[in-house]
Amino acid sequence: MRRFLSALIALGLIIILLEFLNLIPDFGNVDLSKRVSNSFINKSVDGNNETIEFKKSKDLEDGSANVVTSIVVNYRSFDTLGEVTVLFTAALGVGLILKGLRRKRFYREPNFILKTANGILLPLIFLFGAYIFIHGHLTPGGGFPGGTIIAAGILVLYLSNEKFELSHRAKILESGMGTVYVLFGLVGLILSGIFLRNFLPTGVIGELFSAGIVPLIYVAIGFKVGAELSNLISEFQKEGQQ
Amino acid sequence: MTAATIFVGILMVISGILAIESKKLLDSFIFLSLLSLLSVFLFIVLKAPDVAITEASVGAGLVTAVLILALRKIGGDEK
Repeated sequence: MRRFLSALIALGLIIILLEFLNLIPDFGNVDLSKRVSNSFINKSVDGNNETIEFKKSKDLEDGSANVVTSIVVNYRSFDTLGEVTVLFTAALGVGLILKGLRRKRFYREPNFILKTANGILLPLIFLFGAYIFIHGHLTPGGGFPGGTIIAAGILVLYLSNEKFELSHRAKILESGMGTVYVLFGLVGLILSGIFLRNFLPTGVIGELFSAGIVPLIYVAIGFKVGAELSNLISEFQKEGQQ
Repeated sequence: MTAATIFVGILMVISGILAIESKKLLDSFIFLSLLSLLSVFLFIVLKAPDVAITEASVGAGLVTAVLILALRKIGGDEK
């Protein structure tokens, strides 16, 4: 009976997938000028079609040179807010299951190579993570990978030092940065009537101080994701009942 | 470039099958990490550097670490 049911579910899935296959247009026959992606690339959702020149075009609708960032944090910013919430829920679930009081210790020295390499590499890891999310609107990357790299640095710190323990300020930082993101959205709502609207001047495309609120939001997301994943790693290293 | 891409694709399929079929859980995690690392190369070939950076940091780095930490937390892979 169970085998019959699973075969039935698999058959249904195959039929649904075949149905959706008919909806996809033929290869090479898509008119991209009618798609919304084209207006994202030209930064002309409002309708002004100008050619964009790197380091020259001023006061565009969205000033970030990285098109992916301009979609993720500007045009589809509400979606990113949901994504941050999903990550927060995942970290919350880990924290609920693995609750411990103090750091688990094995009382033995970590590897010499790990300890020495940690001292040299750790500042570079943190610097690279910060670079990734501060330059998120110019180069590939952004808040999520930058925060993950910082959390990887915290993981190396945990592995190489038996006494290290993440302080409770990381949790405060995480919730604070989540609030900052929502506050930016609310300020946009008050100033222009649209939630998460880019209300600051966008500046010259390709410069560090450009793209309005996009870099500020990416810094907030970077700190939030970094603190969140560091907390997640620290929960795994704890022991003891409450 | 195409030959290298096909080679990496075949390696990805092999490491995916090995990740499922490995007897030890730790071996599975290593092959999963290898799969992510190879897909980073494919993302760069397909000109998606944003996804490549995210995959390299999340898929190959942190997920493997979290899986190994979880394995240690539940006390090894005993059946």
